[in-house]
Amino acid sequence: MSETLSTIIEILQDLHEDVDFETENKLIDNKILDSFDIVTLISELSNEFDVTIPADKIIPENFNSAQALANMIEELEDE
Amino acid sequence: MLFTDSLFIFGLIALFILYFAIAKKYRWMLLLGASIAFYAYSGWSNLIYIAVTAASTYGITRKIEKMAESASAEVKAHKAEWSRDEKKAYKEREKKKRFRWLVLLLVLNFGILAVIKYGAFTMRNVNSVMGWFGREGNLPVPQFLLPMGISFYLFQTMGYAIDVYREKYSCEKNFAKLALFVSFFPQLIQGPISRYNELSEGLYAGNDFESKRVMLGVQRILWGYFKKVALADRILPAVTMLISDSEQYDGIYAFIGILYYTLQLYADFTGGIDITIGIGQVLGIPMAENFQRPFFSKGIVEYWRRWHITLNTWFKDYLFYPLSVCQPMLKLSKWSREKLGKTVGKYVPVYIATIAVWFLTGLWHGAAWNFIVWGLMNAVIILISEKLTPLYEKFHQKYKWSNTRPYEGFMAIRTTLMMGCLRMFDCYRDVPLTFKMFASMFYKGNFHILWDGSLMQLGLSAADYIVLLAGTVILFTASMFGRKGEVRERLYNKSPFVSCCLTVTLFLLVMIFGAYGIGYDSSQFIYNQF
Repeated sequence: MSETLSTIIEILQDLHEDVDFETENKLIDNKILDSFDIVTLISELSNEFDVTIPADKIIPENFNSAQALANMIEELEDE
Repeated sequence: MLFTDSLFIFGLIALFILYFAIAKKYRWMLLLGASIAFYAYSGWSNLIYIAVTAASTYGITRKIEKMAESASAEVKAHKAEWSRDEKKAYKEREKKKRFRWLVLLLVLNFGILAVIKYGAFTMRNVNSVMGWFGREGNLPVPQFLLPMGISFYLFQTMGYAIDVYREKYSCEKNFAKLALFVSFFPQLIQGPISRYNELSEGLYAGNDFESKRVMLGVQRILWGYFKKVALADRILPAVTMLISDSEQYDGIYAFIGILYYTLQLYADFTGGIDITIGIGQVLGIPMAENFQRPFFSKGIVEYWRRWHITLNTWFKDYLFYPLSVCQPMLKLSKWSREKLGKTVGKYVPVYIATIAVWFLTGLWHGAAWNFIVWGLMNAVIILISEKLTPLYEKFHQKYKWSNTRPYEGFMAIRTTLMMGCLRMFDCYRDVPLTFKMFASMFYKGNFHILWDGSLMQLGLSAADYIVLLAGTVILFTASMFGRKGEVRERLYNKSPFVSCCLTVTLFLLVMIFGAYGIGYDSSQFIYNQF
């Protein structure tokens, strides 16, 4: 597991400790994360990885799993 | 023009016949013609506003797209010679230029809305504030006639422009087609606020006549008319009476008013949306659903996910998220973490964005303090209930009976009553009076009105009550069946003949139980005024 991914899982676990974020891949579709969680998550990720996550990146494909979030962060870091 | 006007109904039937009679490639033009005629009927001057919105959106979105294309071509052309940082800096510069065009479009259009909808409200408040400081506040208060549906078509069109800026999809190249998207007549009165990528295909395709789809569409239209004319219009006199004389109708009357207004608003708003979506279904144009059985919600957050869905998702996508994740907000969050601690700091963007969104949601409903207070009260309850979520979860884990159907029913009733209480701001349109009426429910103690015949003096006869009660039971039953999927479709799949009988029954229900009578004049849809 990459360092980015494990940090993201740690942040997610802070939001919902009862969810298995290593396997769950429908965080948005199954309504596990609501809009409050998403904004809190973005604030945490921006703080942790020093990236800017613009509003147009807030789509289910980028937030449905910890892995999708890690991919988005890595993509933003590369830009 | 109202959906209940006979001119609208006969015009609609003629449109359906014509739509399927003419060649496919002309069908969207027919819809555009019908939309212009519908809008012009409400006042020729209104056409100017919608034309300005359509033309400015068309011109600026095309400009934004062309700029994005040429920026992309420039980056490709210098792929080898530019470093990654140079490319990034160039892209950011170009994006800022496109953003300025978008801001111009938003300022122009929301500026029009601000002046005509909020100009008078703002000037009245400025005059009041000047009066507090001992200066005579006599600035002129402008009065404009609000163009029909402006809050709906403007939000829909600005959502489209933001999506084009975000490169979610390509802009519409044909001005007339964009004008149809902006002005599509069924949704002008009270929404839903559609997204271009979801609506446009059905709108321009020129769809085939499919008997099943048309039948289901007609049923949905009739179902909408039933809610509007048999329930909402029928209970209207009682609601008007209860609201208009707050001195006489306080205490338990105020509670009865909450229940009656809840039924009226639900039947009126969902009825109008049913008619809109039904028209779309007949024409083969799928539209976004605006309601998902809101009174089955177990809490306020869930309620707002199920009531007026398209407005709430609009605010979420185009205001809540951009505001929450913008640079100044993230900087504020970082500062709050350092000064106030991690727990408080990370929630700062959520709190500020929630309050801002609900302030504007209130303002969207009307230029008056009662709507603003209503919006802010929603924000406060949402934030408190979010904060208490861990406590609720512990409660549900500890007490297993709290996960049973009866307790869920209790939660749904509690949410419905809470939302009804908040709606008192909408009823009384006066903030201190609303609080006074709310308090009167707890100390007045006039319970006797429930059995001494007082409720029969509210402009409703025993027959009216029977129709309202039966109608409410029908609504509830339909909602219960609807939990397992679309009722009408399941019925049609089982037996087209039974489905046909349902259509006839709905037609008869509208004809027999509609609140017509001598001098009948259907009321305007409540959400039309927003």
